[in-house]
Amino acid sequence: MATYLEFIQQNEERDGVRFSWNVWPSSRLEATRMVVPLACLLTPLKERPDLPPVQYEPVLCSRPTCKAVLNPLCQVDYRAKLWACNFCFQRNQFPPAYGGISEVNQPAELMPQFSTIEYMIQRGAQSPLIFLYVVDTCLEEDDLQALKESLQMSLSLLPPDALVGLITFGRMVQVHELSCEGISKSYVFRGTKDLTAKQIQDMLGLTKPATPMQQARPAQPQEHPSVSSRFLQPVHKIDMNLTDLLGELQRDPWPVTQGKRPLRSTGVALSIAVGLLEGTFPNTGARIMLFTGGPPTQGPGMVVGDELKIPIRSWHDIEKDNARFMKKATKHYEMLANRTAANGHCIDIYACALDQTGLLEMKCCANLTGGYMVMGDSFNTSLFKQTFQRIFTKDFNGDFRMAFGATLDVKTSRELKIAGAIGPCVSLNVKGPCVSENELGVGGTSQWKICGLDPTSTLGIYFEVVNQHNAPIPQGGRGAIQFVTRYQHSSTQRRIRVTTIARNWADAQTQLRHIEAAFDQEAAAVLMARLGVFRAESEEGPDVLRWLDRQLIRLCQKFGQYNKEDPASFRLSDSFSLYPQFMFHLRRSPFLQVFNNSPDESSYYRHHFARQDLTQSLIMIQPILYSYSFHGPPEPVLLDSSSILADRILLMDTFFQIVIYLGETIAQWRKAGYQDMPEYENFKHLLQAPLDDAQEILQARFPMPRYINTEHGGSQARFLLSKVNPSQTHNNHYAWGQC
Amino acid sequence: MSQQGYVATPPYSQPQPGIGLSPPHYGHYGDPSHTASPTGMMKPAGPLGPTATGAILPPGPPPPGPHQFGQNGAHATGHPPQRFSGPPPVNNVASSYAPYQPSAQSSYPTPMSTSSVTQLGSQLSAMQINSYGSGMAPPSQGPPGPQSATSFQTPPRPPQPSILQPGSQVLPPPPTKLNGPGASPLPPPMYRPDGLAGPPPPNAQYQLPPLPGQTLGAGYPPQQEANSGPQMAGTQLSYPGGFPGGPAQMAGPPQPQKKLDLDSIPSPIQVIENDRASRGGQVYATNTRGQIPPLVTTDCIIQDQGNASPRFIRCTTYCFPCTSDMAKQAQIPLAAVIKPFATIPSNETPLYLVNHGESGPVRCNRCKAYMCPFMQFIEGGRRYQCGFCNCVNDVPPFYFQHLDHIGRRLDHYEKPELSLGSYEYVATLDYCRKNKPPNPPAFIFMIDVSYSNIKNGLVKLICEELKTVLEKLPKEEQEEMSAIRVGFITYNKVLHFFNVKSNLAQPQMMVVTDVGEVFVPLLDGFLVNYQESQSVIHNLLDQIPDMFADSNENETVFAPVIQAGMEALKAADCPGKLFIFHSSLPTAEAPGKLKNRDDKKLVNTDKEKMHLDSQQFLNDLRNDIEKKIGFDAIMRVRTSTGFRATDFFGGILMNNTTDVEMAAIDCDKAVTVEFKHDDKLSEDSGALIQCAVLYTTISGQRRLRIHNLGLNCSSQLADLYKSCETDALINFFAKSAFKAVLHQPLKVIREILVNQTAHMLACYRKNCASPSAASQLILPDSMKVLPVYMNCLLKNCVLLSRPEISTDERAFQRQLVMTMGVADSQLFFYPQLLPIHTLDVKSTTLPAAVRCSESRLSEGGIFLLANGLHMFLWLGVSSPPELIQGIFNVPSFAHINTDTTLLPEVGNPYSQQLRMIMGIIQQKRPYSMKLTLVKQREQPEMVFRQFLVEDKGLYGGSSYVDFLCCVHKEICQLLN
Repeated sequence: MATYLEFIQQNEERDGVRFSWNVWPSSRLEATRMVVPLACLLTPLKERPDLPPVQYEPVLCSRPTCKAVLNPLCQVDYRAKLWACNFCFQRNQFPPAYGGISEVNQPAELMPQFSTIEYMIQRGAQSPLIFLYVVDTCLEEDDLQALKESLQMSLSLLPPDALVGLITFGRMVQVHELSCEGISKSYVFRGTKDLTAKQIQDMLGLTKPATPMQQARPAQPQEHPSVSSRFLQPVHKIDMNLTDLLGELQRDPWPVTQGKRPLRSTGVALSIAVGLLEGTFPNTGARIMLFTGGPPTQGPGMVVGDELKIPIRSWHDIEKDNARFMKKATKHYEMLANRTAANGHCIDIYACALDQTGLLEMKCCANLTGGYMVMGDSFNTSLFKQTFQRIFTKDFNGDFRMAFGATLDVKTSRELKIAGAIGPCVSLNVKGPCVSENELGVGGTSQWKICGLDPTSTLGIYFEVVNQHNAPIPQGGRGAIQFVTRYQHSSTQRRIRVTTIARNWADAQTQLRHIEAAFDQEAAAVLMARLGVFRAESEEGPDVLRWLDRQLIRLCQKFGQYNKEDPASFRLSDSFSLYPQFMFHLRRSPFLQVFNNSPDESSYYRHHFARQDLTQSLIMIQPILYSYSFHGPPEPVLLDSSSILADRILLMDTFFQIVIYLGETIAQWRKAGYQDMPEYENFKHLLQAPLDDAQEILQARFPMPRYINTEHGGSQARFLLSKVNPSQTHNNHYAWGQC
Repeated sequence: MSQQGYVATPPYSQPQPGIGLSPPHYGHYGDPSHTASPTGMMKPAGPLGPTATGAILPPGPPPPGPHQFGQNGAHATGHPPQRFSGPPPVNNVASSYAPYQPSAQSSYPTPMSTSSVTQLGSQLSAMQINSYGSGMAPPSQGPPGPQSATSFQTPPRPPQPSILQPGSQVLPPPPTKLNGPGASPLPPPMYRPDGLAGPPPPNAQYQLPPLPGQTLGAGYPPQQEANSGPQMAGTQLSYPGGFPGGPAQMAGPPQPQKKLDLDSIPSPIQVIENDRASRGGQVYATNTRGQIPPLVTTDCIIQDQGNASPRFIRCTTYCFPCTSDMAKQAQIPLAAVIKPFATIPSNETPLYLVNHGESGPVRCNRCKAYMCPFMQFIEGGRRYQCGFCNCVNDVPPFYFQHLDHIGRRLDHYEKPELSLGSYEYVATLDYCRKNKPPNPPAFIFMIDVSYSNIKNGLVKLICEELKTVLEKLPKEEQEEMSAIRVGFITYNKVLHFFNVKSNLAQPQMMVVTDVGEVFVPLLDGFLVNYQESQSVIHNLLDQIPDMFADSNENETVFAPVIQAGMEALKAADCPGKLFIFHSSLPTAEAPGKLKNRDDKKLVNTDKEKMHLDSQQFLNDLRNDIEKKIGFDAIMRVRTSTGFRATDFFGGILMNNTTDVEMAAIDCDKAVTVEFKHDDKLSEDSGALIQCAVLYTTISGQRRLRIHNLGLNCSSQLADLYKSCETDALINFFAKSAFKAVLHQPLKVIREILVNQTAHMLACYRKNCASPSAASQLILPDSMKVLPVYMNCLLKNCVLLSRPEISTDERAFQRQLVMTMGVADSQLFFYPQLLPIHTLDVKSTTLPAAVRCSESRLSEGGIFLLANGLHMFLWLGVSSPPELIQGIFNVPSFAHINTDTTLLPEVGNPYSQQLRMIMGIIQQKRPYSMKLTLVKQREQPEMVFRQFLVEDKGLYGGSSYVDFLCCVHKEICQLLN
């Protein structure tokens, strides 16, 4: 077993891929009987410090419908300088540059260790990254101040040649012109009127060759014509200007009467931001960063009216079909998200408010474009500040950990077809021979667009085995899948990352053990969970739970060993042993349970669940619980109420929250101040240990989790209590006589 | 045409002629709801064959008909005793005016005494009018009055004018093509030479039909003599069907015009001069109901003694007919021209402000009229009877005061609202919108920054000028700085709003591009106090010209600009005024887009340059910003029982039939109100008018301005006619016609005006003048110059549709006239023409004006013409060189540069005197007049000639003489 685990881990590290099955059932029928579909979690831009990109372009299969990239699985005839495509078997001539190729002089892409390789494209104009801030001014004074500071700070973090723009909104929407001297200038739009992209561009003077500007241009030929726009300027040119402008930002000046919400034109603001970029910089890496402190209250995309006495929709309202603005607003934001995605831009949403801000309606903006969604209580919290800062962190090369405008192209060998993908992507609707008719997730295509992605962005990709039962695959046959990700690197280079993997086929009737042993229950749990969440988003909740249950039952039926009518005899092999537990916690998770969560929170959780890598996703499904005690080093313990003991400190990581919980005794000790007594220094260390570990997690996590320090009986302890398996309750606590 | 005499004239909405009999609702365009018509005035329907048209009336002051005299006496309030040779009638002082008497006699000079000459004049003329009739009638027609005809000639008048003076004019209608001069009707045989002219025949010329060789002796050509049969027959023969054409055709026959002596037909100049001579410089106290104020052209000091000053209200007649039948018969419009915020000269008392605190003004419970001198206190002062609706009200406790022995409150002279015609009340919250005190008003300056405006420097000019004029925003006398807030918008195809909040380092521009649905992008910082934000505003005004220097945006919008201004005021919840500096046709794609209508040839021509006269523009701008103004005004005109205000004209909005709403009203704006009977009026109680204007002052105070005016009533048409004021009539006619322009064909409007003029005069002739030859033209003294003024109105470009006249110009003048007061409309329609070459450099008075006719010009003369909008200096080809040197500082006529719009300041008396005169003329006018220099016989003289309104119009329109003939014919038709 260890070998498979190693294999899986190795593959993940090298290729960023985790398959639910690492040996594939060789027929459609058998594959469906496996219950868990053949699928993988792909992290297209998984950080590979050991993999410098090659400085040339990939060699493509010449068959127009294939265009697979030359890879280690291809048969090469060194003498004839030919290679055979392993997907379509087309024989291709090597390009002239490969003239010197031989068995001993192979290009990198043919070496087995380069199953993942990155090419750097030199052609084409490089366009700078674009950051368009869309800022809500209907904030409390200190909130706005904090946000302004964060934004000003971010200017120093941006790549110097990046273009930056500013749109502010409240009752009106203002698009600020950035290169003005003497007088600050902004274009103002009514917050209630939906405008088409063309109208927006007309009104901003973007459509017609802006006469004065163009006339001025010949004088400054060094300026890239398409790069210059009054509203988007290079950071290094206008950072002082913009810093001042941000500094002078005032709260929305329109009076808000008692009992009313401020009028917030988020829908129009976003629409203008999208329209602005659409008109000026289509298909260029760009981030629209929406900072909002409350729900949209007017115009297209409004989520709630301005009457405070009418609360924003809850799950209850939605079930009762009582959320009057929801459908219309969702439609508005979906339209925007699709347009944004079509232009290769992404939208981040930073929503900081105590109440809901309409993430439910706006979620697609981030979900479809690969943007971030951050939810906090206030902009004046470290949660927001550090999260925001973290967006601009750099990798080992000093590059920003963000990429733009990616297209993911998936190619399969002929026994497989592509059923769909789940993740921060949109379909490019590329039909082809390897596209399945059965859809799982976003299907019907072999290509997806991921407008914004980072090294952890992970897609679930689902396949269908189409090989017929009566057409057995020869012994030792392998199925292959190639993932080709074309993207704009944060250094503005165009790059292509190609990952080609192959797995063995096995006849499920004769070689079920092999298949079973190669089951990756972690990947399977996450992939099933993504399917479940995807269904929950598009269908009704309870049905999803039933579906999950049925799948689990079927899986256990298939792979469990038991004697009929004897529950105690049930056994699952090691490769399946954790799977039921994952499913148990998944059922209880906020991704499927909406109780006790607002619609916004659900959207937020689901957003992150659909984009994080396997490890993080597993934490989300089943939070990790560590126990600290004097009895030994910290140890992971069962996420179970039995783990809550008086003399333990617990550290729980749910991904979204880090909870440090002091057991009853520990709390009393701390209260008594033992930690301050020199003779109890070990207690001090014990208290400190989880804090240090939590810091470590906090350092790496994006978005910043909510950090909760609590103790036995504390009100915040609910975060822990709600997660653990309630094996001990007031009903059985005493009966079992344990404590 | 000839058939559609006034009898037949339908309302404008039914322009077919011949639907007769409905008494024209003149001035009520489109109102068909009147029926009764004096059938007696119907004309024979068919043409009676070609006949002579011309009827010549001998002028001259004939003796008055005695019975009329008697009537006048009965009405005696206005008749000073001096008028008569006999002792003053006792009943001079109407007992009904008892309350006024003591004060009138003690503290004020009575009008009877002060205005004796005027009164005499008017009385006299009324008499003379009659006398014309009587002059023609056999003396036996009436008992001889106590006065002889000669007594009427007593007023000192030069013999030559005496022919004109009497106010009754005799005119030979020019022969039309149909009727040769030979066909002219004969004057009645009894025509008396003495009436014709004591002074011999200068008037012969006009009396005579065009035939040469007519002798004066009888004043009639021999042919006439030959033709003359019985008077009536002759007239009838001469008229029916005699005028196939309307006024337009009247202009046809040129001969009579040439033959007639202009001096012999009524001269506006003479009328003005006479009034000035008799009443100028005196004190006019308003203590008498129904007294006729001096003409607008006469300077005098007005003392408010219970009736509103004529500066505030002027009426078409100061004596209303008692019944509506009478009103219909006379067809004299009953109207008041109200200029509620008229400027009061510094030597007159400003309006008192009454403050009753929280209880607010005292008002009649029933009709809501405000406390005023017309309220009669009774029951020892515990109650009062409303003079308007007669309701008896309790006096509110706080307002109680005992009465004196003549039933007047003891505090009569302490309370302006009891003793004055005009005063103001402080309004309580009940009078404010939403019961909240109003915010101070705002001025929003909106500047067109399109390419051409930037290029020609207008934007720079405006911005520079604003810096100065903003220092002079109007403020209440007692206040340190103006409460008015200011805001700025520039625009071309899009709008730019500016945030000029005082705490900003630099202004912020906010561009609104959604011109389809304009909105205000900011609230805070848009409207600011000028003093507080001065540096930011100056910063902005400095930057605006540069900011758009590179713009080559040619297109502009306009409607969205106005909308933006309105939205801004609405958002700020304040009244205000928009100053829009617009200079191009709004052709950009937006609401209110216009297509180019007029020809483009103007662009880049000298004329365009002329349009950009910066000095005139700046003067107007300064004037406009600085002048006193009231905002958010609602005017209500209440009347005593028996009549009511029915129609309103001006720059106003009416959401119902009674409330006149005006977003802003300044000291130059007037509203003309027409009244109609709804019952009988009594001679005793007269006709009372109360005009109340609720408005917000420049400092944001809510106030009520009340003007009260009492008019007489009479059942005698003669009283009505002698109390008319032609200047006010013309104001009314102009406004009613200009209002009708929007709905009616111009031709119909002009016809109605002509017909109504004829009708008014015919009614007079029929009912007030003694029987006389129908061919005689007899004009009431008060309407002596009605025909000439009416002709000027008819020739105004608003009533002419000619391609040469730009649409904008017509719209502009129309708009202008709609808000004009009487003085402005008088000058506008009959410009002032002053000979400059005869200047007495030592005198400080204006030279005597001459009539607006080319014949008054002379090659050796220099003339100044002003109409309130334009000023021309006309230079005869042989103007005296010393004058040219003196005024222009150039050696000769040829050296004068006519391109300039400013006279050089030359340090000699001619120059100084001329510029002083121009200053005096300008000073009283709301708009600064642009000076144009015109050399005789050069092309621009054509423009100038349009203003010689007694001549035949450049764009059509008959000469004075022709028009007079035309009117006479109409009258004759009516009389038949």
